[in-house]
Amino acid sequence: MVHRVSGVALTLFLPLHFWALGNALHGEAKLENFLRWSDQPLVKCAEFVLVLLLAAHMAGGLRLLMLEFMDWHSVGDLQKTLLAGAAGASLVVGLLFLLNLL
Amino acid sequence: MNTLKVKIWRGTETGEFQSYEVPRLESQTVLDVVTYVQRRLDPSLAYRFACRVGVCGSCAMSVNGVSRWTCRTHVSKVAQDGSLEIAPLRNLPVIRDLATDMSEFFDKWAKARGQFTGSKTRKDDFAAVNPESKERKRVDAAIECIGCGVCYSSCEVVTWKPDYLGPAALSRAWTLVNDVRDVAQKERLAAVAGDAGCHACHTHLNCTERCPKGISPTAGIAGLKRAILSATLKGEM
Amino acid sequence: MNTRSQVLLWGAQRISAMLLAVCVIVHLITIIYAVRNGLSASEILGRTRGSVAWGGFYALFVMAVAVHAPIGVRNICAEFGWRGRGVDVLMFVLALTLAMWGLRAVWAVVS
Repeated sequence: MVHRVSGVALTLFLPLHFWALGNALHGEAKLENFLRWSDQPLVKCAEFVLVLLLAAHMAGGLRLLMLEFMDWHSVGDLQKTLLAGAAGASLVVGLLFLLNLL
Repeated sequence: MNTLKVKIWRGTETGEFQSYEVPRLESQTVLDVVTYVQRRLDPSLAYRFACRVGVCGSCAMSVNGVSRWTCRTHVSKVAQDGSLEIAPLRNLPVIRDLATDMSEFFDKWAKARGQFTGSKTRKDDFAAVNPESKERKRVDAAIECIGCGVCYSSCEVVTWKPDYLGPAALSRAWTLVNDVRDVAQKERLAAVAGDAGCHACHTHLNCTERCPKGISPTAGIAGLKRAILSATLKGEM
Repeated sequence: MNTRSQVLLWGAQRISAMLLAVCVIVHLITIIYAVRNGLSASEILGRTRGSVAWGGFYALFVMAVAVHAPIGVRNICAEFGWRGRGVDVLMFVLALTLAMWGLRAVWAVVS
């Protein structure tokens, strides 16, 4: 579920992301303008969510790839370890982003 | 005497839970409880069982929301505050009360090419299969399935996509894919590929978690995905 | 859509996922590194302008996303009961849009 919601959200965000960077086509100043606009707290907050989503989607994706492509015989606790690892890794990335931001 | 509050599904697709009080006994199984209700309280209750010892796979039901073999589930393990809620397996049409119609479940085994197709006759010598080979070990990991339907009933993908073949049928196909004597491999891979086949699996692992035999259909389904991809890239599909 | 195409889509999604896993790790590290003292256009462009390595990396990243995202969205649509030619065409358009816009953005920061 997390994987789906984050996937769709990221897909929706991408065109915006590309548009913003495309601003650089019109010169450095235009991009700088956009970046200053993005300094607002609300936008920062949204960025944090996006980074978290990206990290979560990647971690969940790695879990899936490991399950599908490794020839495992007994899952046992492997699945739970993977899930916990995925959640943990994405949280760490999110926190790092926050810490650096502030 | 200690009593157990038991709610049992009565009806078909539509119906309701009915409450019964059953004496609590030591080492009592959920199947014992259902049998008590049918023998002593309400003989019209429909349910299915045969061996009572975890061999036949016919007594699976949903107990407090989790699919299980009732014969091998002690009341002490699942009763919450002295109460039990017993329902028919999910994802299958209900015939009456606790008995489900499993024909679609088994039809999907056939659709997934769950039949062995050999090439030798009785005049040939035995096929020698090394028990230490990778293929034989993979077969071992999944061969003990008795078709109880617990995995099928626990699978969310089956709920969303009713034409999905499901964990049991795909796991069976996987054992045959690893059977070196079988000669219908291409047809089998084609039968289990695609959006209604193994590629629908989300690796939620509900089947693996619930299988009373400790089989992991998810592992087999992942194996099918790999086998199909390599067959497709080699142009065999 | 026939089974063979479904399998190829599945394969393409997994292979792009493996590429993306590497790309996203690099991307996340870059993000965390870049926001240390706040973002500025000159800093970003200073890093990317004229750099063949960054240009190649982001181009690869964009192409992998353009493959990966529409297949995922298509699967979700299918499970919500929305499938068929219409969705497939739409997803193809989505893939092209992502690729073109993405490459345009890469060009913008590299050139």
